[in-house]
Amino acid sequence: MNSIVVPTMQEKIAKGEVPDILFWVGCSGSFDDRAKKITKAIVRILNHVGANFAVLGIEESCTGDPAKRAGNEFLFQMQAMQNITVLNGYDVKKIVTGCPHCFNTIKNEYPELGGKYEVIHHTQLVQQLIDEGKLKVQGGEFKGKKIVFHDPCYLGRGNDVYEAPRDVISKLDAELVEMKRSRANGLCCGAGGAQMFKESEKGIKEVNNERAEEALSHNPDVIAVGCPFCNTMMTDGVKHFNKEDKTKVLDVAELIASANDL
Amino acid sequence: MISSIIFIVLLIGSSVFFYLNAKKIRRNILLGKDIYINDNKAARLKTMVLVALGQKKMFNRPIPAILHLFLYVAFVITQIELIEIIYDGITGHHRSFRPALGVFYTFTVSFIEILSVLAFIGTIAFLSRRNLLKVPRLVKSELNGWPKLDANIILIMEFILICFIFMMNGADEVLYSRGQSHAENLGDRTLGLAISSHLGPLIYGGMPDAGLHVIERIGWWGHIIMVFSFLNYLPFSKHLHILLAFPNTYYSNLKPKGQFKNLFEVTDVVKPNFDPSYQPVLDPNATIGFGVKDIKDLTWKNLLDAYSCTECGRCTAACPQNITGKALSPRKIMMDTRDRMEEVGRNMDKNGGTFVDDGKTLLGDYIKHEEIWACNTCNACVQECPVNIDPLTIIMGLRQQLVLEQSSAPNELNGMFSNLENNGAPWQFSPSDRANWINEN
Repeated sequence: MNSIVVPTMQEKIAKGEVPDILFWVGCSGSFDDRAKKITKAIVRILNHVGANFAVLGIEESCTGDPAKRAGNEFLFQMQAMQNITVLNGYDVKKIVTGCPHCFNTIKNEYPELGGKYEVIHHTQLVQQLIDEGKLKVQGGEFKGKKIVFHDPCYLGRGNDVYEAPRDVISKLDAELVEMKRSRANGLCCGAGGAQMFKESEKGIKEVNNERAEEALSHNPDVIAVGCPFCNTMMTDGVKHFNKEDKTKVLDVAELIASANDL
Repeated sequence: MISSIIFIVLLIGSSVFFYLNAKKIRRNILLGKDIYINDNKAARLKTMVLVALGQKKMFNRPIPAILHLFLYVAFVITQIELIEIIYDGITGHHRSFRPALGVFYTFTVSFIEILSVLAFIGTIAFLSRRNLLKVPRLVKSELNGWPKLDANIILIMEFILICFIFMMNGADEVLYSRGQSHAENLGDRTLGLAISSHLGPLIYGGMPDAGLHVIERIGWWGHIIMVFSFLNYLPFSKHLHILLAFPNTYYSNLKPKGQFKNLFEVTDVVKPNFDPSYQPVLDPNATIGFGVKDIKDLTWKNLLDAYSCTECGRCTAACPQNITGKALSPRKIMMDTRDRMEEVGRNMDKNGGTFVDDGKTLLGDYIKHEEIWACNTCNACVQECPVNIDPLTIIMGLRQQLVLEQSSAPNELNGMFSNLENNGAPWQFSPSDRANWINEN
């Protein structure tokens, strides 16, 4: 595997360069061991196409999404304005995020607070790169495999992005299977609304197991996701049903990076 | 003459009674905070036409959608016939429009009859789904008691109303063929109604004229009395959706569902730290509260949502937390909001128009913390609602109240808040380690 090249905004500016796009990594992508692999897959794709990008590095901070969804609007706006100050300081125009929650927050909730950027999710970036002919995708190890895609709420219902991840997966020559509850009717993985950070209320089942069970009923080789939190939840769900040997939970970026041996 | 007077009294009485109750509903909705929602009128009209008039979202579930369409179309088209019935009622004539409209009259009433048969089937199917098949979303615990009775009352009223239509038309067909109908005789042998010209002779063919006149009158009066009753039952029932679906979809949220409102009362406090030139939106001397504790803290749109809810439970059937057995049910959030709003309204009626503190609030007395904290904010409920109701905004407002005013978030969330505040991440990692992944293998 090639080593990755990840310039920070500070380094770029110091060299007098202006990156075309800022890669917003997110907390999960920066700190969670599993999600870091997704981050690196995105970077490998960016490196492969020779994208002129940068990350904020230690200048990045949580978008405030979990605070806002948990009702702490003060903390959200403090985080938002701190980030907006940094982003505007670098005169950022375009952002790609590795997480649908960061994507939604920066795209929809920052503009009113003074942060106006063109924001895309990494599956949209990959789709664009394929469409522009900059990225050629072969099926590779996923050729003929059965892949079921789980819609992240904040990408799908939240922002009506349903096709980008599916378009990208369809390039793998794999069998893309739809769950009964998909697209606008997709079922949450159980992490959203700050549930990731607390125990669930009294009930009869965990949401992630309900969703993983639905995905596993198709007996897939891969459950594809587009969100690091969905990834955690679905991975736990697959383990709950002892299916981790048969079914892998992988981000769309990882599928593309692996298929292309990046 | 007497019958005209009785009719006019009933017509005026039921209109006035409806007007007074509709006014109360308007008053209750306006208890909510004022917000401006009237941008992009073209998109709003389009949404209303597609979602309310066109029932677009109903068709996610085709079987109930078709049954519902029978009732809906029958209801809408029947209003045409109502014009004649009201005219006849006031003037004491019978089938006044038939001579002038001719074939068009026969066609219209026949069309209504066919739709009424379909609506009859729909009504029986809906009663069965609720009471025999016990479709899960229609028998959940929040429907116990009045909501269940309310649903059945409406369906039974519709059932009886349709029976009256066929009594009226069926008996009249037989009378007309004998030259005994009070409708003007145009020299033909039948009124030519699609269903009743067959059904009437079949059921009433052997009856004497006097009996038929009684049945025809029972049908006619029964029908119009059911219409007046139905109109006046609406303000007390979930069935109000037949009217409010239209304004409610017009005032739908047109922004991406993932976008939650930024509280400007918070921006007023936070933004000056980052932008000294920022001009606060609110009067600095005004007392401000955060989030939603009771009805007055919601917006009028939230309250319109609550009155528009017909308790179909599609939201709850799609809710990941409800599916997995948690207490949260988006439908219950809407029903609780409406119940509390009605309680506040009755309190005001009793106290000369002002609300006297009753020691209760929507938060806590109606909606429990356990429900509020279970939400995934996944928007499944918002997506599902056939009339674009948004339970999520209410849940978010309640959360804001719990966190910002009452400091009573679950402990793990308080931990997440302090991590976020100190480390810029929801976990306990040092911000200086944020870029370590770059050099890790």
